[in-house]
Amino acid sequence: MSTLEITGLHVSVAAEGGAKEILKGVDLTVRSGETHAIMGPNGSGKSTLAYAIAGHPKYEITAGSVTLDGQDILAMTVDERARAGLFLAMQYPVEVPGVSMANFLRSAATAVRGEAPKLRTWVKEVKGAMNDLDIDPDFAERSVNEGFSGGEKKRHEVLQLSLLQPKFAVLDETDSGLDVDALRVVSEGVNRYRAGGDVGVLLITHYTRILQHIRPDVVHVFAGGKVVSTGGAELADELERNGYARFTSAGAETPAGV
Amino acid sequence: MSVPNNAPEVAGLAPELAGAKEGQGSKPLASASERFTSYDVEAFEVPGGREENWRFTPMRRLRGLHDGSAAFDGKITYAVTPVDGVTVETVSRDDSRIGEGGVPADRVAAAAWSAFTEATVVTLDGTPAPVTVSVTGPGAGATAVGHLQLRTTPFAEATVVVEQRGSGALADNLEVVLADSSRLTVVVTEEWADDAVHVGAQHFAVGRDAVLRATSVSLGGDLVRITPTVKYRGPGGDAELAGLGFADAGQHLEQRLLVDHAVPHCTSNVIYKNALQGVDGMPDARTVWIGDVLIRAAAEGTSTFELNRNLVLTQHARADSVPNLEIETGEIAGAGHASATGRFDDEQLFYLQSRGIPEDVARRLVVRGFFGEILTRVTVPELRERLEAAIEAELAVTGS
Repeated sequence: MSTLEITGLHVSVAAEGGAKEILKGVDLTVRSGETHAIMGPNGSGKSTLAYAIAGHPKYEITAGSVTLDGQDILAMTVDERARAGLFLAMQYPVEVPGVSMANFLRSAATAVRGEAPKLRTWVKEVKGAMNDLDIDPDFAERSVNEGFSGGEKKRHEVLQLSLLQPKFAVLDETDSGLDVDALRVVSEGVNRYRAGGDVGVLLITHYTRILQHIRPDVVHVFAGGKVVSTGGAELADELERNGYARFTSAGAETPAGV
Repeated sequence: MSVPNNAPEVAGLAPELAGAKEGQGSKPLASASERFTSYDVEAFEVPGGREENWRFTPMRRLRGLHDGSAAFDGKITYAVTPVDGVTVETVSRDDSRIGEGGVPADRVAAAAWSAFTEATVVTLDGTPAPVTVSVTGPGAGATAVGHLQLRTTPFAEATVVVEQRGSGALADNLEVVLADSSRLTVVVTEEWADDAVHVGAQHFAVGRDAVLRATSVSLGGDLVRITPTVKYRGPGGDAELAGLGFADAGQHLEQRLLVDHAVPHCTSNVIYKNALQGVDGMPDARTVWIGDVLIRAAAEGTSTFELNRNLVLTQHARADSVPNLEIETGEIAGAGHASATGRFDDEQLFYLQSRGIPEDVARRLVVRGFFGEILTRVTVPELRERLEAAIEAELAVTGS
């Protein structure tokens, strides 16, 4: 049983004319076994939350804390956070020319598991995971994300998720740019990960469509750099009908991070 | 080609570039086919650094190799491990075989040619085991010239490793003469001490149906400038030149290649990769790659490709890359070139780290992947392992 706890998180980015505050006091607690959806309009700071948790150097934490089972995540380097059990599936996975997917996956598994996986079982494991996600085995020899289509990149993010088995996964708009079939394949991958262990998921999305495949336990509406409403899965249904207008116009501050 | 002579003058350009910026210079840029060559140092003007073939080289760091002020009173030693099928001779400069590989095309190569008194000739016959030629510089503060010739007999299949180490400033010529239908794999390493300056001309003469697999590895030295030239002596020749360089802060690594296709049905493939790693507060890490391929009118059926990749690992680094392809006949099998310089950036590092991979491992992963396709061409396992370790050690120097 693990807990990811975000308390009073304020985050800024460098912008013309000084730092610009994007997150304005986020409070959120995710326990293993739970799936939380974070929904919000563009520019509400959803992705900033994801990158800040993962430790991207562009984002400066100005106040608040993020802990994983009481450990201060913010004091850790990016790779230490990953080894502690955090995973960020990125909206725009980065191309790393010259490094093969196979080599990358093995290096990541070695780092996260603390020892190099046994070669024979590892090859089998990767093959099985690729097969589950309808990934052609040839991709193992290609450079990391290089020349991959948007859908291929997302599948590979979920492939890493399934191999690294983090305690908490933050999925940043993993559904964006996917066609119906790819969305199903990717969602099934996430559901296998959820079923495979005592893990927690923070699912960031703009659309409700992925929530028909991955049922959330809790839905948070994000606007103006913080959580403005929290409810059950039914809140997503309401957003589906009425959109975000109620949260952006009434009460919420101006959208940030545009 | 005649062009209307109404292009406005562009101030500050060398005379032969007049009007070039408008793309219609009255005197076209010199073709690689018009490259001047001579064995005699005095036939070359002392370069000032603005000439096309010297413009990237820091002339002040050449220790006078180019202007006659180097005394050349040091000595380069050549040591060859004895192997069956390999003959090692020390010959005088008037030996008839000397010069078979090619002719110097710049003043430093000509200076070395004009000054050497004896040459080492290594003849490879049959299918000898891999041979290592250990070249040692003249020592710190000294200058020296050298001359080495590697030659195969017809149908020979051989591998030669030329390992270059030590201190001092050296100008030399390396002739590699492939007899008809022979196959030579040659690896030349620049593993000099930090003070060393090496300006080396490499002359490859590829016989009919001969196969050359050359790999250049530049790691050490303060300034290393290598100018390989490939010529074919008969049809059917196949030359592959691979290279890797790792430039540290303050290091200047320069590779200037010319593949001269003058006979039909020959193949060339050039693939050079450089990594650069500078340090804040130190002079830039620097690489220069010039790849000229010339397909003359007679060279029908030529197939050629050249590629340069540079990986900038840090700030304070500069990579220049100039591929040139001149084609004088349309009857070729294929010709192409590609060049790209990329940065190992914060986003890539973040991505790898976000999967648990520590920064130093991430950097190694990227560099190892980058150089992998060159190092796989080094077929001598102990050498490949040693070079891999040397590259990892280079990475660890700044570690950042």
